[in-house]
Amino acid sequence: MSDLLRGTAVQVAAAVNARQASALEVTEAMLAHVEGVEPGVGAYLTRLDESARSHAARVDRRVRSGESLPLAGVPVAVKDNMCLDGTRTTAASKILAGWVSPYTATAVQRIIDAGGIPIGKSNLDEFAMGSSCENSALGITHNPYDPTRVPGGSSGGSAAAVAAHEATIGLGSDTGGSIREPAAFCNLVGFKPTYGRISRYGLIAFASSLDQIGPLTRTVADAALAYEVMAGYDPMDSTSVQRDVETTGKPLPGDLTGVRVGIVREFDLAKLGAEAASLYQRAYGDLQKLGADLVEVALPTAEYGLATYYLIAPAECSSNLSRFDGIRYGLRVEGDDVTQTYEQTRAAGFGPEVKRRILIGTHALSSGYYDAYYVRAQKARTLIARDFAKAFEACDLIACPAASTPAFEFHAKSDPYSMYLMDYYTIPMSLAGLPALSVPCGWITPAGGTVPMPMGLQLTGPLFAERALLGAAHVYEQATRHAGAHAPQIGGAR
Amino acid sequence: MSGTTGAAAAGYEAVIGIECHVELKTQTKMFCGCLNEFGGEPNTKVCPVCLGLPGALPVPNLRAIEHMIRSGLAFEAAIPAFSKFDRKNYFYPDMPKDYQISQYDMPLTQGGVVRYWLEDGTIKECRLVRIHLEEDTGKSTHAGSGDGRIAGSAYSLVDFNRAGVPLMECVSEPDIRSAEEAVAFLEALKRTFVQLGVSDVKMEEGSLRCDANVSIRPIGAHELGTKTEIKNMNSFRSVQRAIDSEIARQVALVTSGGRVIQETRGWDEVHATTHSMRSKEEAHDYRYFPDPDLPPLEVSENTVGWLRVELPESVIRRFTRYTGEYGLNVQQATQLIDNPSLAEYFDACVALSENPAQSVNFVLGDLSRLANETGVAIYASPVVPKHVAELIALLDGKTINSKIAKDLLERMWSGGGSPKAIVEREGLAQTSDPGAVAKFVDQVLAANGDAVAQYRAGKTNVLGFLVGQVMKASGGKADPALVQTMMTQRLA
Ligand SMILES: [Zn+2]
Repeated sequence: MSDLLRGTAVQVAAAVNARQASALEVTEAMLAHVEGVEPGVGAYLTRLDESARSHAARVDRRVRSGESLPLAGVPVAVKDNMCLDGTRTTAASKILAGWVSPYTATAVQRIIDAGGIPIGKSNLDEFAMGSSCENSALGITHNPYDPTRVPGGSSGGSAAAVAAHEATIGLGSDTGGSIREPAAFCNLVGFKPTYGRISRYGLIAFASSLDQIGPLTRTVADAALAYEVMAGYDPMDSTSVQRDVETTGKPLPGDLTGVRVGIVREFDLAKLGAEAASLYQRAYGDLQKLGADLVEVALPTAEYGLATYYLIAPAECSSNLSRFDGIRYGLRVEGDDVTQTYEQTRAAGFGPEVKRRILIGTHALSSGYYDAYYVRAQKARTLIARDFAKAFEACDLIACPAASTPAFEFHAKSDPYSMYLMDYYTIPMSLAGLPALSVPCGWITPAGGTVPMPMGLQLTGPLFAERALLGAAHVYEQATRHAGAHAPQIGGAR
Repeated sequence: MSGTTGAAAAGYEAVIGIECHVELKTQTKMFCGCLNEFGGEPNTKVCPVCLGLPGALPVPNLRAIEHMIRSGLAFEAAIPAFSKFDRKNYFYPDMPKDYQISQYDMPLTQGGVVRYWLEDGTIKECRLVRIHLEEDTGKSTHAGSGDGRIAGSAYSLVDFNRAGVPLMECVSEPDIRSAEEAVAFLEALKRTFVQLGVSDVKMEEGSLRCDANVSIRPIGAHELGTKTEIKNMNSFRSVQRAIDSEIARQVALVTSGGRVIQETRGWDEVHATTHSMRSKEEAHDYRYFPDPDLPPLEVSENTVGWLRVELPESVIRRFTRYTGEYGLNVQQATQLIDNPSLAEYFDACVALSENPAQSVNFVLGDLSRLANETGVAIYASPVVPKHVAELIALLDGKTINSKIAKDLLERMWSGGGSPKAIVEREGLAQTSDPGAVAKFVDQVLAANGDAVAQYRAGKTNVLGFLVGQVMKASGGKADPALVQTMMTQRLA
């Protein structure tokens, strides 16, 4: 059974479908492992032991009745900004600390219907705002590769859970890099599909025009599997796309012959330091060795990504988070009148980063500032998307770093702006709605660190080119096998 | 004296614009699958979407959008190819998301004109700025504050059954000049919405709510005066009274050297006055922005074309047809138009009989009376328009007289079928044969010597009595006009 704990989702599902192991056995083993390592990791805000057992029993019944389920018995960490009927769903905020969702997010339901077993609700930066998980109001999550370091964010809990083998698939949401950056920090594959591919129904909104659910896994094949289960039109989400999902189920390519990989002229690797620069140079070289043609592409407006993002995302969040007012659900701090109740509830319920973004967003939407901030940001967003479209005339995929540094130590980024810079490489793709993933590409021992930490290569494709993107990432992963070079300090050998 | 005539006497005219909210009649709410029904146990018609639960998302109701386009087309509004939903941000306990999904700068319909008529038949026009689509809020009940307002209340109860009901907001240009016109304008809107089936327009259930922007200016001036916005008008009657009262207040204020300030004023039905609710300085910044959960709406020319073709005859077109072409009076035309199924029935009678005057007499007269007495609607009764047309033909051809017609209608109402068949079967045809009528006349003259003597002595009003006797003697079948002529001749 411990083999299956370390196994991939593809392997677990195959074993359960072949009835070599039952979903319940896998689940029990997983729950025991979680119990053991969780004190050192802190991946989960809520553990779902009982419901996991009953889900597993149901999967076993379905398998016994002859069904073959794509995720039969696969343990899944669900980021705690996704609703799951009857479970506490907090967005890692004090304002929702006691809220039990009465319904299930579409993506989570599809995972469950496919045989996946939710093991727990995983930690995140409050309302998915952050890049280290340190903005969680409800718990601290450690990086399993070095517990003195952050797991990344905002999907840090799911990343840490999968890295420490506390789940086989982690569900994350990515608004400006919240899947890709923690994947890079935790030696995982983190995949953000095209905006609209996976329903947002039941995902607690941060920035509606950017939020996208995706998987964090230990292999590209597992990411593809989880993606295919979750993707597809949902009538409950007006922004979900009505377009067939190409499956990767067919054999993936063995090399990258003829694939044109764009290297972004404006992304100066030297800024990352010599060690990281040479690591990425080697990664690009490996792509070339696998048959890819490297071409230089220009993204002249990408440098405005951060500024654009930090207007659009806060503007949307300032409105999305209005509903947390103490009236209908969640925290209420009673005041003398309704206005005071609003003020006291929100003052006590939201953490500093959330408040900062609500203030920025409220200001950006205010009359007199709207044109200068929000409208201009939307125009910049259009230009950035146009730059990408132009770049993809010359290339099939774009390769670049997923994050500027490996995982940093707790409290290392004390001013907000230095934290915002962590998403420098991931934000432009989010603004353009493009599919992008992070795949392990090597290790760096950070200055002052004692152990090597993983780095991630980001691959980005044109809209809806998920299959090509996953195919290329699979080839690179299989040829380089960087992920297996080191084991996590917590959670056991890989 | 109404506010308007008072204003005119003081040398002022009123300038009025109307903003009204109309709940659309759809099976489900605007952005979720909950039933759109009035009333019910509080918080029973709710779901994660209309409760604004974390993670829930809106999906637009296409039928509501269709209702909007049809309403716009009925008033000759432009239907832009692109439209979008925006968020209007403000905190209120009965608004679940603390923003309302509405439309800011790209409404579904733009412009248009409402043509309406006053009681004397004068036709007026009021241009529309726009009609846009939004979602309704829930309903709060505030306890312990005395005036039912949230300020000072001990606690409040919120019912979200209404939250998310599709609501259209019609905004008019300030083309209205009196309270009477304002009410006539609203009635015209109501008639159109009812006719199109887009709303029930029941003010008492809150499915029509309206605000009025009122200002005054010296007669002949072109500049607009400072306006106040009047709220809390719960019936057409209170619209009339509130506007009149506000015009009078503004005129009194200005003629005594005062100045109108821009503010929102609430209508107080009990004291028949408006009172200040908030001034412009307290106005909200709603921070409108496009709702990222809802992609822009595309309305194809094809869709608009189809909806336009399928529109019924407009209310004002029907009014001018009735009063112009058909010669009905304003009251008759209004009565028919206010009852679309009656109007349709009437139109069918006219189409078959080509006699609008007689048709309207039957439809609004005997048939309406029978409908009232029996509680059966005319269109649901056994009397079909074809039979009404037959009856009119029998009358026009003098085959029967109006008394027989009345009797026949009663029998048709109780399932008698074709009046022509009844007349033929029972020999009810009117006697217009001079020989036969003369026989009855002579009989009556012979039997009523006193009356004849009175007539000849100058008491000519006994003629009616004598004619009546002839009708009676003929079993009602004698042609009354012929009897009258013959009788007058014999008595001369
Ligand atoms: Zn609902």
